[in-house]
Amino acid sequence: MNIFKLSRWLGVGAPTWCVALMLGLDGSTTYAADVIAIRGKQIHTVSGKMIENGVVVCVDGKIATIGDAGSVAIPEGAVVRDAEVVLPGLIDVRTCVGLSGILNVDHDSDHLESSSPLQPELRAIDAYNPREELVEYLRSFGVTTVHTGHAPGELISGQTLIAKTTGNSVEAAVVVDGRAICATLAESSQKSGKQSPGTRGKQMAMLRTLVLEAIEHRSKLAKPPSGEDGKNTGDENDQDGKAADAAVVVRNLKLEAIVDVLEGKKALLITADRAQDIASALRLADEFKISIWLDSAAEAHAMLPQIAAAKVPVLLHPSMARASGEKENITFRNAALLKKHNIPFAIQGGYEPYVPKARVVLFEAAIAAAHELSKEAAIEAITLSPAKILGIQDKVGSIEVGKDADLALYDGDPLEYTSHCVGVVVNGKLFPGESRD
Amino acid sequence: MELDRRRLLQLGASSIACMAVGDVCSHRSRAEGLAGETTAWLDAKLLTGDSKAGPAVIDRGTLVVRGSKIIAVGRTGEVAIPEGTKTIDAGGKWIMPGLVCTHSHIGGGAAADGSAPIQPGVRILDSINVRDSGFKRALAGGLTTLNIMPGSGHLVSGQTLYCKLRYAGKGPTTIDDILIRDDQGKSLGGLKMANGTNSQGDSPFPGTRGKSAFLVREQYIKAREYHAKVVAAKEDPEKRPPRDLHLESLVEAMQGSRIVHHHTHRHDDIITVLRLAQEFNLRVVLHHVSEGWKVADEIAAAKVPCSIIVLDSPGGKLEARDMALKNGRVLSKAGVRVAFHTDDWITDSRLFARSAALAVRAGMDRDQAVSALTLAGAEMLGLESRIGSLSPGKDADFAILSGDPLSVYSRVLQTWVEGEKAFDLSEPSDALFAEGGQGAGSDLDPFLCCYAQAWQVGGAK
Repeated sequence: MNIFKLSRWLGVGAPTWCVALMLGLDGSTTYAADVIAIRGKQIHTVSGKMIENGVVVCVDGKIATIGDAGSVAIPEGAVVRDAEVVLPGLIDVRTCVGLSGILNVDHDSDHLESSSPLQPELRAIDAYNPREELVEYLRSFGVTTVHTGHAPGELISGQTLIAKTTGNSVEAAVVVDGRAICATLAESSQKSGKQSPGTRGKQMAMLRTLVLEAIEHRSKLAKPPSGEDGKNTGDENDQDGKAADAAVVVRNLKLEAIVDVLEGKKALLITADRAQDIASALRLADEFKISIWLDSAAEAHAMLPQIAAAKVPVLLHPSMARASGEKENITFRNAALLKKHNIPFAIQGGYEPYVPKARVVLFEAAIAAAHELSKEAAIEAITLSPAKILGIQDKVGSIEVGKDADLALYDGDPLEYTSHCVGVVVNGKLFPGESRD
Repeated sequence: MELDRRRLLQLGASSIACMAVGDVCSHRSRAEGLAGETTAWLDAKLLTGDSKAGPAVIDRGTLVVRGSKIIAVGRTGEVAIPEGTKTIDAGGKWIMPGLVCTHSHIGGGAAADGSAPIQPGVRILDSINVRDSGFKRALAGGLTTLNIMPGSGHLVSGQTLYCKLRYAGKGPTTIDDILIRDDQGKSLGGLKMANGTNSQGDSPFPGTRGKSAFLVREQYIKAREYHAKVVAAKEDPEKRPPRDLHLESLVEAMQGSRIVHHHTHRHDDIITVLRLAQEFNLRVVLHHVSEGWKVADEIAAAKVPCSIIVLDSPGGKLEARDMALKNGRVLSKAGVRVAFHTDDWITDSRLFARSAALAVRAGMDRDQAVSALTLAGAEMLGLESRIGSLSPGKDADFAILSGDPLSVYSRVLQTWVEGEKAFDLSEPSDALFAEGGQGAGSDLDPFLCCYAQAWQVGGAK
């Protein structure tokens, strides 16, 4: 971006910004004073009521003040931006962006490891590329947080993480590492290889066996070690006859990951589209009393009472997911039906193996809003609702004092096809909206 | 034997359907199309699709249809409504021409197989399932005409098929019921070609761009020589070379009677298509054209139209990395005729109008974007005299919407094909395909009623 375009985009007085700004390494514009004020004709706080002609003041990366334009004093030196509509930064509740790259070739595809059907030990933090072009692309439409990780396609493909759509390293971007473990109940995970399941029955047997192994592993971990002080000294020869006990628990990354699920530290994200696979997922959750998230769930419309009774959140497929294969019975009305049945849900961008390589949750929520979901509920499904499901609602998901300064700015109804994202704030830093060149 | 009898019976069923509903049959004259009752839609907002012939938008307009044809379009009160016309209050509704998709894969068909990279004699019409639910989804998006494309993955994937979504009433029984024919009764279609990485592969497929262009040129030169022999033979069967379906198809392309629909993404591949088109005098439409915005002036200078795809993000392959929503704006501002396509199932036909809306989001002119869903597409199929705009004399193909087609909140309420209602959102059986749900992905119900009739007519029980 050249300086002239930048100045036009910023829309602020030249003398002020000439002195104050420099271009951040991550493409953001940073200022001498980290104070940003966003004036919006409509500010959708999502957690509270909508504010007309309001102001959000962000200081040091957090939301400091919210209120009417008339009553909130904009601090001196603050960078001021105007927008028709201000939303909390959008959250994509399930994507593979950053692991599955724009070129879709080996060197930028780290979303699915096919050497084994059960690999819960694969961490997303070791694969996420915060400089992936598609991360920036999603951000340009207002997405500030992504729950991303391993793709559907293997019985257990690996872990996920939650990241902000900025940061030069994964450590700088990450909000929560290892938030969930991804399982897939579908024909795509039935490969009939030597290790892979060949049928639906076999895939459930393999999953249940793995959980049982993890329960066994946990019981070994919980066993009082042999040292007198109650701690394993790690010295195999310090106590006569007790050496074997002391060394018994060998670390097992695979089972440790499942133990985290058993203990509620990680969720088990289960991709299931067919009603029968949704039923299997609910059965697994019930058998082992584990916390699961239903992912995709194209036939959720056929399982509403069961999902509601199980109190399981749904990371709903993109509204524009293709109606074919195991999604042949998908409906645009799924979001509205989940809402009607008080099932917690969020709308995802999902995994795309080809084109478009990434879906924009803003666009997906818009289609749901055109099919019986209210505008307010559609916005909530890509802001506060995913924050609550992911357990990060104390940081993001709504415009509230003390939360991260993550905002998305629009020049009209954000859900309308012909509106534009005109700017994005992530952790109090301003980024450009969608490309208008 | 059994197969032959079944085929005859199906044909019988088809002609019964024609007699019963008249306009379903494709092979009829213009005069026949004008028979039937007259209906006028009053006070709708009309998007005519054609800003050259008249206003692109008529705020309070009237559309008059007789039989399968449009007979009048204009401002309400200024249009003569013949005696006995059935009138429908369309106040608050928007009416636009039936959408034309210049590049669709609905119907599960394919033409060329994996045996060779150039197979121009293979027709997709021999492989389309007319009961595919995708056709009903297309109607739910307001589409009325499709160019069904074979491929992909070949330099020449075979012959495309132009079809009308004649799904009113009992709908089509066979592919013959949805064909678009010329005055001689010949079904119409183009030729699908591709370049870039799409058509590269292991031998006998090319491994480079240079080899790709060579293989194509070699075949067109062969076709040119073949045609010279045919002309020299002057109808003398002794001298005439044996018929060659592949070369015949390429000859049609060089004569302009078969439009070449050419998949291409990268700027240099686009220029290669223009070079080939010039060498062999091809009437070509560029398809997808992801990097068209980089060579818009060159495309405009060549006077070659572009059928573009609009996707929610770039990437998925190297050639689509620089795909951008601005493509429609940049191309049309450079003077290139632009149409959109769904590439269904790459994008969903039900949301076809969204392609135009996203192009407008990126700065494309509104009227041009609407035309790019309708008349521009018709032109790229060579059908602009018959479809693509709300114009007297054209087929009565139109969509009735609840509002602006470029708004996410608008819905296609009805789709009319040749004067017959082929989709109605208020009918639960149609809404299923418009919205989805249990059974929406399955084939349409087989039309057992018609088969049963045919059995009776044939005397067989």
